[in-house]
Amino acid sequence: MGGLQKKKYERGSATNYITRNRARKKLMLSLPDFRRLCILKGIYPHEPKHKKKVNKGSTAPRTFYLLKDIRFLLHEPIVSKFREYKIFVRKLKRAYGKTEWSAVERLKENKPAYKLDHIVKERYPTFIDALRDIEDALCMCFLFSTFARTGKCHVQTIQLCRRLTVEWMNYVIVSRALRKVFLSIKGIYYQAEVMGQLITWLVPYQFSHDHPTDVDYRVMATFTELYTTLLGFVNFRLYQSLNLVYPPKLDSKSELELKEENEDNYAMNSESYLEKLSALSSSLARVVSSEEEEEAKLDQFPVEGEDMEKMEAREKEQKLLETQKKIFEGLKFFVNREVPRESLAFVIRCFGGQVSWDKSVCIGSTYDVTDETITHQIVDRPNVDKQYMNRYYIQPQWVYDCVNAKILLPVEDYFLGVTLPPHLSPFVEEKEGDYVPPEKLKIMALQRGEKPAQQDEEEEEEEEEEEDDEDEEEEEDEEEEAEEKNLKKMEEQRSQGKSLQVKVTPGKVKAENPARLELEEKAEEKRLAIMMMKKKEKYLYDKIMFGKKRKVREANKLAAKRKAHDDAEKAKKKSRK
Amino acid sequence: MEASRGNVQSAEQRAGMKKTKKTDKKRSKQDEEAEEEDQPFDLNSKAMEEDEDDDDLSDSEDSVYSGLEDSGSDSEKEEEDGGSDDANEDEQDQSEQSLVKESKKKEGAGEEKEMKKEDEYDHDTSDEEDIRNTVGNIPMEWYKDFPHVGYNLDGKKIYKPIRNKDELDDFLEKMENPDYWKTVHDKKTSSDIVLSDEQIELVNRLQRGQFGDVNFNEYEPTVEFFSKDVLIHPVTNRPADKRSFIPSLIEKEKVSKLVHAIKMGWIKPRRVEDDSRGRFYDLWASESSSILAKHKMHLPAPKIPLPGHEESYNPPPEYMFTDEEKALWEQQDPSDRRLPFVPKKYPSLRQVPAFSQFIHERFERCLDLYLCPRQRKMRVNVNPEDLIPKLPKPKDLQPFPTTQSLVYRGHSGLVRSISVSPSGQWLVSGSDDGSVRLWEVCSSRCMKTVQVGGAVKSVAWNPNPSLCLVAVAVDSAVLILSPALADKQVLLSSERLLTTQQEEGPSEESQTVVWSETDGEELNQDIRLKIQHPKAVHQVTWHSKGDYLASVMPDHSSHLQVFIHQLSRRRSQNPFRRNKGLVQAVSFHPIRPYFFVATQRSVRIYNLVKQEMTKKLQANSKWISSIAVHSGGDHVICGSYDCRLSWFDLDLSTKPYKMLRHHKKAVRSVAYHRGYPLFASASDDGSVIICHGTVYNDLLQNPLIVPVKVLRGHVITHDLGVLDVTFHPTQPWVFSSGADATIRLFT
Repeated sequence: MGGLQKKKYERGSATNYITRNRARKKLMLSLPDFRRLCILKGIYPHEPKHKKKVNKGSTAPRTFYLLKDIRFLLHEPIVSKFREYKIFVRKLKRAYGKTEWSAVERLKENKPAYKLDHIVKERYPTFIDALRDIEDALCMCFLFSTFARTGKCHVQTIQLCRRLTVEWMNYVIVSRALRKVFLSIKGIYYQAEVMGQLITWLVPYQFSHDHPTDVDYRVMATFTELYTTLLGFVNFRLYQSLNLVYPPKLDSKSELELKEENEDNYAMNSESYLEKLSALSSSLARVVSSEEEEEAKLDQFPVEGEDMEKMEAREKEQKLLETQKKIFEGLKFFVNREVPRESLAFVIRCFGGQVSWDKSVCIGSTYDVTDETITHQIVDRPNVDKQYMNRYYIQPQWVYDCVNAKILLPVEDYFLGVTLPPHLSPFVEEKEGDYVPPEKLKIMALQRGEKPAQQDEEEEEEEEEEEDDEDEEEEEDEEEEAEEKNLKKMEEQRSQGKSLQVKVTPGKVKAENPARLELEEKAEEKRLAIMMMKKKEKYLYDKIMFGKKRKVREANKLAAKRKAHDDAEKAKKKSRK
Repeated sequence: MEASRGNVQSAEQRAGMKKTKKTDKKRSKQDEEAEEEDQPFDLNSKAMEEDEDDDDLSDSEDSVYSGLEDSGSDSEKEEEDGGSDDANEDEQDQSEQSLVKESKKKEGAGEEKEMKKEDEYDHDTSDEEDIRNTVGNIPMEWYKDFPHVGYNLDGKKIYKPIRNKDELDDFLEKMENPDYWKTVHDKKTSSDIVLSDEQIELVNRLQRGQFGDVNFNEYEPTVEFFSKDVLIHPVTNRPADKRSFIPSLIEKEKVSKLVHAIKMGWIKPRRVEDDSRGRFYDLWASESSSILAKHKMHLPAPKIPLPGHEESYNPPPEYMFTDEEKALWEQQDPSDRRLPFVPKKYPSLRQVPAFSQFIHERFERCLDLYLCPRQRKMRVNVNPEDLIPKLPKPKDLQPFPTTQSLVYRGHSGLVRSISVSPSGQWLVSGSDDGSVRLWEVCSSRCMKTVQVGGAVKSVAWNPNPSLCLVAVAVDSAVLILSPALADKQVLLSSERLLTTQQEEGPSEESQTVVWSETDGEELNQDIRLKIQHPKAVHQVTWHSKGDYLASVMPDHSSHLQVFIHQLSRRRSQNPFRRNKGLVQAVSFHPIRPYFFVATQRSVRIYNLVKQEMTKKLQANSKWISSIAVHSGGDHVICGSYDCRLSWFDLDLSTKPYKMLRHHKKAVRSVAYHRGYPLFASASDDGSVIICHGTVYNDLLQNPLIVPVKVLRGHVITHDLGVLDVTFHPTQPWVFSSGADATIRLFT
């Protein structure tokens, strides 16, 4: 044979992976530092395909990193910064211990700091990459911006987060990028389309947080560190793309308007500007002061066949989008104080509406309640004392539902004190066979331009028809059963002996349904074929079918629940009558 | 002169005494200073000394002092056992002793002097007194039992006062003596000392924590020598140090060290406040693809799934949990829940509270991002229909039985076994009710019922069309029936076979198996022969020629499990010497002289001519229940109690060519059709499955097996379904007998 004996685990996948501890030792970092480095550099463990091979035959649970990743970390300049910081902390401790205050001061002044710019650039080589990954950054920044400015994390971080989120929201308003909004029990989901990327983020409701004790805020802070850097650069680029000044400045016009108010007693000078920005009520200054740029129209290319259809569909979509962007144009809203101001102002401004609020709620209100031109007042209380004639008093859900439906919905369902229709998630896209709640059907009908009353009738008719069908089927079944019973009886009698009275009854003509027979035959064929499947394929097939069946079952369950609920409601109504 | 001399002497003495006293005092002062912190009276005593220094000239003051010291030392002695007191004590003793001497001298001296002395000592209770006793600083209790209290300087005993005071005396004195309260008992000399008013005053002052001297002003105005105002005159007239004129070496050293450190870059100059952290610029100004593209192993983190209707603050009513669902949700482990929250409905937006898990969820996401191992999982994107094998349509494989057409009723127990006559006209069935019934196939008429007096385990119709015989296994006997259901010729030939004289060959088998002709009642019932076996017979089967007959008696312990009987010669033989496992079923090869024996796990094929085993088939199942051989003889199917049916291709391998798991329960019986490419399996789940099994003559082509029909009809009774299945010899019909005491014909 000859040759050296091959040793195990010296080639192949075993050499491609490295355990966490070994990686840590290789980098000569403590575990928290390693963790921080992994977070910043976006290094994550990999699950090897053959874990036992990688684990050198052991089945102990271990996390594995790619060796390449760890090698890549070796050259990271931030690692040396970490070490410097470690030394700094040691020196500082020592100085404190010796009560050398001058040394403490000197050390503090020279506290080592690092920048993450190069890491952002490295992780997101192109701007689109960064946009694709910005969802988590947005969620985190929005969460941190709602933290109280005490404890938990640095005030500067919270302020920076607030600044960045306000910048982001201002950008979305200016670019009219918002597409969908959803009020969930967790918070408010927004979805915007920025540079062709759908970006969804979640904003918590404005309450003070009940900080859990089992959360490691250091990890969150490290993430936030990266995310603020990323979001800052993204914001800069986005502002640049719209010819806006960055850091954002209010339009000179609106700035003047705001100045008139007595702002001195509102907040500190340094903070008031951010507050004004975060009011989201005024437009931003542009580098090139150009009025509404003409939207570049799609050029028409001569196309044929399928492409033509696609083209048309695209155009249609584009049109719909345009109308959606302008649904609130020309409307004047007034937001009452009990309503989440920031969210509503954001949404209304995103779709071209004008919005204002009581002066005492927030800075930046542009008109008063008494303004006669107000068309909608958003109220979230059972009734309002003084009502003006020429405006609708509606509940806040109307705004969000309109945005999701892409049309102005009838306001009747959203008046004060009215039980609101369910708020549906705009993110659900029903496929065939999925359960569609009737409210969604209604909205879809409205979108198509049908009138709701007709729809109702149709539905009822349909239902009746369906019921009829079911009845027929049941009847058929019953007939069959009866026949079978008869047959059985006859057989029994026959077998009982000669004493039976032979009686010939005129046979019924059995109406055979050829279509049904065919179906049955096919079903049986399939059943028989399934019996002949290989074990592996059978397993896979069963799994797929199980999933499908579960889906159907769930849809049926939802439908049944809805039906029961509606019936109960109807019964209630009847009893009331 | 004398007097003057004496005076002088005394003066000298006094002076000397004073000197000693002074030195003593100095000593004591030093001592006291040494232990300033410990002594509570130090300040006072110092003050005393000062007093004393001031009024050095008057003796009275001296005496006051000494008295004070006395009391002071007394109180101190109790508190501490310091060395300084010893010194005090010594000094006192000395003075005492000297005093005694003097007094002795004085007795001998002139009266004047004496008077003067007397005068002097009248009020002077100076410390010299104490020198009388030389015992030193010891607890005086040690002298409790002695008449004396110590020794004077001369070594003579100092006696206690004659009459010791007892309690009563004490009390009386307390009552009578007005000075009792200011009387102090000196233990050393065991004498009582009455304190003077000044002394009491002093004690009181000291006890109050005041200065001993009445005239001492504690609150004198402070003089600030060192103030911020620069005065023309120095506070002290000390000249300035030399070092104040010379540059400091130490400082120079320090500065040079700092300079060196700055030069070496160890100390960095103060940093300008760095504002660049919050400053952003166009990071992607030069979007170059030259940056190392992410390696191909990079897996972007999956996005958080978008919320559905159930997460809404005001969801449609069907998405709300019912009570059961909620209870289930609460019971489930958090990781098993399909929804991580309970849907809730709020009538208006202002009533929506904060979501308590918000920070948690964000944190979990963070953990997922950097801790969760990622793996690329290929999702199987197949149409489930594509997984189903493409088989020829059953329609194209006709004919096969499809519908139940006849039911044969009559048995009252479960029908164990059925068999069809080679002509296909008659059917025989054996049941647990102890009867064998003969049926006409076409009309389902029971032609004959033969009571055999025991549960019938197996029946088998002789496959030879020129004979009309049925073998029946009852208990430990095999009966040969001649049902007389054929034309005369056939009956004749079978009669001939039955009546042939047996060869009386004495063999060992003849002892175990007994052939006997029946008579009387049994003969009337057409039972012609009875082959008595040593044990219960479970199965009988005919050779295709109709002369040989095999019977099975499953038994673990003996080799007498299978017998092959020859009807024409009425001879039986046991082909096996050794027990190779529990025999389940046997079968003859339809053409060649082979014999199939199915034990629990395997099927053995024996060559009857060569008398050797040719093949052993591994069934891959736990317990074989039945066996059937294809009419070509090259294929065998085995049913097993673990729901399997294995098809063996004898040319291919000893392993099953195909395992079919069609049945849900134990397979009881399998059968091949003699003409059509069909086989059937009957199971406890109440169904008979008909499969199409084409066997090709071409050796390269494997048999084609297609299930074509599932026949149901039998009712499951006592967990038993269909017990036996057999095909019609010519038609594509199948008979099945079940535990529900019926036999069914499917056509």
